[in-house]
Amino acid sequence: MDVLVCVKRVPTVGGAITVAADGLSVDTRMSGFTISPHEECAVEEAVRLVERFGGSVTVVTLGPAEAEEQLRSCLALGASAAVLLETPAGAEFGPAATAAALHSVAGDGGFDLVLLGNEAADTGDYQVGIRLAHLLGWPVATGIKALTVDDEGTSAAARREYRGVAETYSLPLPCVLTVREGINLPRYPSLPGRLRAKRAVISRVPVSPVAGAGLRTTALRVPAAARREATVLGHGVDAVPALVSVLAELGVLS
Amino acid sequence: MTVFCLVEVDGGVVDASLRALTLARGVAAQAGAGLAAVVFGEPPADDLAAYGVDDVYAVSGIDGYAPRAWGRALAALADGASAVVAAGTDRGNEVLAHVGAITGLPMAANCVAVSAGSGGSFEIVRQRWAGLLLEEAVLDAPMALLTAATDAGAAAPADAPGSAVAHQVAASPTGDDLVVRAAEAPAGAGGASLASARVVVGGGRGVGSADGFGPLDELASLLGGVVGVSRVVTSEGWRPHTQQVGQTGTKITPDLYLACGISGAIQHIAGCAGAKHIIAINTDPAAPMMARADYAVVGDLHEVIPALVEALRDRS
Repeated sequence: MDVLVCVKRVPTVGGAITVAADGLSVDTRMSGFTISPHEECAVEEAVRLVERFGGSVTVVTLGPAEAEEQLRSCLALGASAAVLLETPAGAEFGPAATAAALHSVAGDGGFDLVLLGNEAADTGDYQVGIRLAHLLGWPVATGIKALTVDDEGTSAAARREYRGVAETYSLPLPCVLTVREGINLPRYPSLPGRLRAKRAVISRVPVSPVAGAGLRTTALRVPAAARREATVLGHGVDAVPALVSVLAELGVLS
Repeated sequence: MTVFCLVEVDGGVVDASLRALTLARGVAAQAGAGLAAVVFGEPPADDLAAYGVDDVYAVSGIDGYAPRAWGRALAALADGASAVVAAGTDRGNEVLAHVGAITGLPMAANCVAVSAGSGGSFEIVRQRWAGLLLEEAVLDAPMALLTAATDAGAAAPADAPGSAVAHQVAASPTGDDLVVRAAEAPAGAGGASLASARVVVGGGRGVGSADGFGPLDELASLLGGVVGVSRVVTSEGWRPHTQQVGQTGTKITPDLYLACGISGAIQHIAGCAGAKHIIAINTDPAAPMMARADYAVVGDLHEVIPALVEALRDRS
């Protein structure tokens, strides 16, 4: 089974998100970079499938030259090949352009399965996987938190929960799935894995931005009023009577 | 001109769709367009009229939830519309992304505000980083595809009710559109009702172990709510991932979020910022969660929660 996993380099966000001086990007002077937890799980899921069926895991990213770092992390987790669709510094790729670029790799690799995270951690567009599936002409299911592939490797049962209901989607392979954290518990990279990742050759393909992206960012800002004025009800068990009164006031006691 | 809004129904109109209708009504008013609701199933006409809906399209011919078929039907119905709006739910984002792929138009997910820009464009404000950051953007497209954030803004009925004229539409999905469809079964306890719970009792690292959740479970049941947890709790395997509140878990919008032993990493805040009221219980008065709360109790949850449970039991 040959699986393609699409990942994205995003800032590691710790205590707060700060907007950079240009007003259009996140200040990353104090942070590192990573891929989202959804995508770590996508890589893990792919590695598990290949451990079972044999085959290969290719990881692809659309990003700047530095995104090589994220590809090597994925290689350390067990991916066998990596492709960097290299964008010029500062270039913005919207969801449609991203899907088109990913299609250039997904469309002629003979892949059985393409995995993505459910949404990018930073831009949260919720659509790249679906647009890619339409370009490929493949079925797609999103938000998946449990995946079972039959023994022949020809069909998948993908599950998610929605409003108290378990939804199961049966898809023939090849297909596209976007997955969520919780589908598995990703492993830590092994030492041999890390050494292999360090030496691996990454294919680099330059990609040019497309004009007329449709959605043009004019500013980024941190929402106001995130902080509330907390009334301290007291310390330890002494606070319980006040706590009960507040619960009554809020109307949550039957 | 018309603004179409995909409305999800689960008994009545789901809360996230009421927010979407509110956003769509604003877009329609600015564009001088009518507001139309699209429902796959039986439309609750009275609710839709209250939200100012002029026309209600009930789509038949698709058995259950089939995302691409829903997208195809919505795209056909909305052909030539000024905008199509859906809730920023799993289904809303998914169906609208299919509409985007089918029509080749851009889509803006999780909008919190939309207004008319110059030359037929739309000025939008949307959530990035699960709402930790807001993006201001110009959407230039013949038809705007928008989803409404599920945890920002409020659902508000219209000043004057709409006429909610009923229309029946038979969808004609292709075989390919029906390949992927949901087979539905009741989910196990947990994350299921988290997104729509009125009360959520949250537990974090401070709970200390899987067994430590006993009193929180009891408190949640006394308050008619459910338990939600922080990421460390699911990473430790104390509770299933379906109960995780946060950027990579569930976004909640309860009347009350009672956060116990949760420090308040921003990925967690992203999931609970939509709570009407927050009470935090933490041994550390400087924990970020305490600064985000309306009420705070400085103390050990292992003492406070059992005492609270006892007090609530005595009351009933």
